[in-house]
Amino acid sequence: MKNARDPVIVGLADAPIEDGKFVTKASVLGHAALVAKAAVEEAGLTLDDVDGLLTAGMWGVPGPGQLATVTLGEYLGIMPTYVDGTNIGGSAFEAHVAHAAMALREGYCEVALIVYSSDQKSLRSRNLGGRPSVLSMQHETPYGMPTPVGGYAMAAQRHMHEYGSTSENLAEIAVATRKWAQLNPAATRRDPLTIDDVLSSTMISEPLHLLDCCLVTDGAGAIVMTTAERAKDLKTKPIAVKGYGEAHTHWAVAEMPDLARLLPAQKAGETAMKMAGVTHSDIDVVEVYDSFTITVLLTLEALGFCKIGEGGDFVSGQRTAPGGAFPMNTNGGGLSALHPGMYGMFLLIEASRQLRGDCGDRQVTGAETALVHGTGGTLSSGATVILQKD
Amino acid sequence: MSIEKPLPVIDHDSAPYWEAAREGRLDIPLCGDCGKHHFYPRAICPHCHSDNLKFDTVSGRGEVHTFTIARRPAGPAFADDVPYVVALIELEEGPRMMSRVQTDDPEAVKIGAKVEVTFVKATDEVTFPYFKMI
Repeated sequence: MKNARDPVIVGLADAPIEDGKFVTKASVLGHAALVAKAAVEEAGLTLDDVDGLLTAGMWGVPGPGQLATVTLGEYLGIMPTYVDGTNIGGSAFEAHVAHAAMALREGYCEVALIVYSSDQKSLRSRNLGGRPSVLSMQHETPYGMPTPVGGYAMAAQRHMHEYGSTSENLAEIAVATRKWAQLNPAATRRDPLTIDDVLSSTMISEPLHLLDCCLVTDGAGAIVMTTAERAKDLKTKPIAVKGYGEAHTHWAVAEMPDLARLLPAQKAGETAMKMAGVTHSDIDVVEVYDSFTITVLLTLEALGFCKIGEGGDFVSGQRTAPGGAFPMNTNGGGLSALHPGMYGMFLLIEASRQLRGDCGDRQVTGAETALVHGTGGTLSSGATVILQKD
Repeated sequence: MSIEKPLPVIDHDSAPYWEAAREGRLDIPLCGDCGKHHFYPRAICPHCHSDNLKFDTVSGRGEVHTFTIARRPAGPAFADDVPYVVALIELEEGPRMMSRVQTDDPEAVKIGAKVEVTFVKATDEVTFPYFKMI
């Protein structure tokens, strides 16, 4: 049953990057502002219409970035009356869509703007080492845990041990994702890639190779949400937010309850699909966080697209590649398109563009329902959003 | 010039644990209500949320639950250690803790390998519980 206050996505924008770096000269907040403006204008709105502001980021910490919505609101020159600075890692933006959806339904805001920006590639700031080993990290960092790759490597090792998945299975994901990137002019890495290339790339943290790891790039993106009622007067075709869920389990890798299973994804996925009233066979396109190839394998299992332990078989034979039975990460993902630190924003943008039918060579035919799943921290948090062509 | 390795920032929860490690003991919290050990040390039991906790000297034996061989260091401070084995150790008493497996043969480390604690002094303040295969 449709309701006038049903939440919809009406504006999208992302910043152009070249060789992984911003093309435009602006600060990290400048890029946030430019995509924010572009996203509201695409919808036929202005920044003055925005009364809900949601953001998360790693810029300006310690300092102004600690109060991220406050600093961004100031930069944009707006006074939002609903704000959410939830930061659960790269999945924060899927959670923001959920929180904005609830706020819109309840009448807490009319136009919600979700923004992310990072200039980590230009600043060469990705190294997570050198942070003081406080609280739970005092029991992890001093042992030389490679961050963030080490935790993912430990999960991969455990998955291989319990279920017999292989490095070849993981490489299938990297190769299929690259094929999508080759269809996306905006993707950073578009050169051909084979399974052998992945397996012979530098070993970083066993069993993960360099080409099992996502890119390090700049990037900025924005999403505008409003109610179905308000969307009637706007310029874009609205995308409905039908369901959402979120969960998290740990920060320290040692605290992950099950190294071979992604419990937050399981919980968030179940919640979101139940709310949306959809089953796996209703999903036409899947965008899931690919910080590392193993992240994808664990996510597909946890979301129930295959049984726990069968992810390796599921992705074999280039099933997730263009033309395969399971279109996934259709922009080229974090592995080949872009990965500016917290990638979840770009999963949502790509899913929405697929449902709009705006994806050119990489368009998934007849895409009406999309599942988006973000993962944050070190397999710490998960948030799922189900989107549908209205 | 070598770069100093990160040291734990010891707090009130963890002080007895680090003090025991300095003295060559592995002491972790034991809950007086549910009878379970936990790690890392907290002010309440993460299993039953009781605050009836005391530090208990455990066996120091366990097995490798999972691990990675770092072929690239976690920052320049660890460059001289490469390759090294960071491992999640499951103690006989149940809790898991992150540590190192000390070995000249990283390839020999396997999930399920039996290990025993060995104490490695870093500074006058800090001694790390590492593990060795037995």
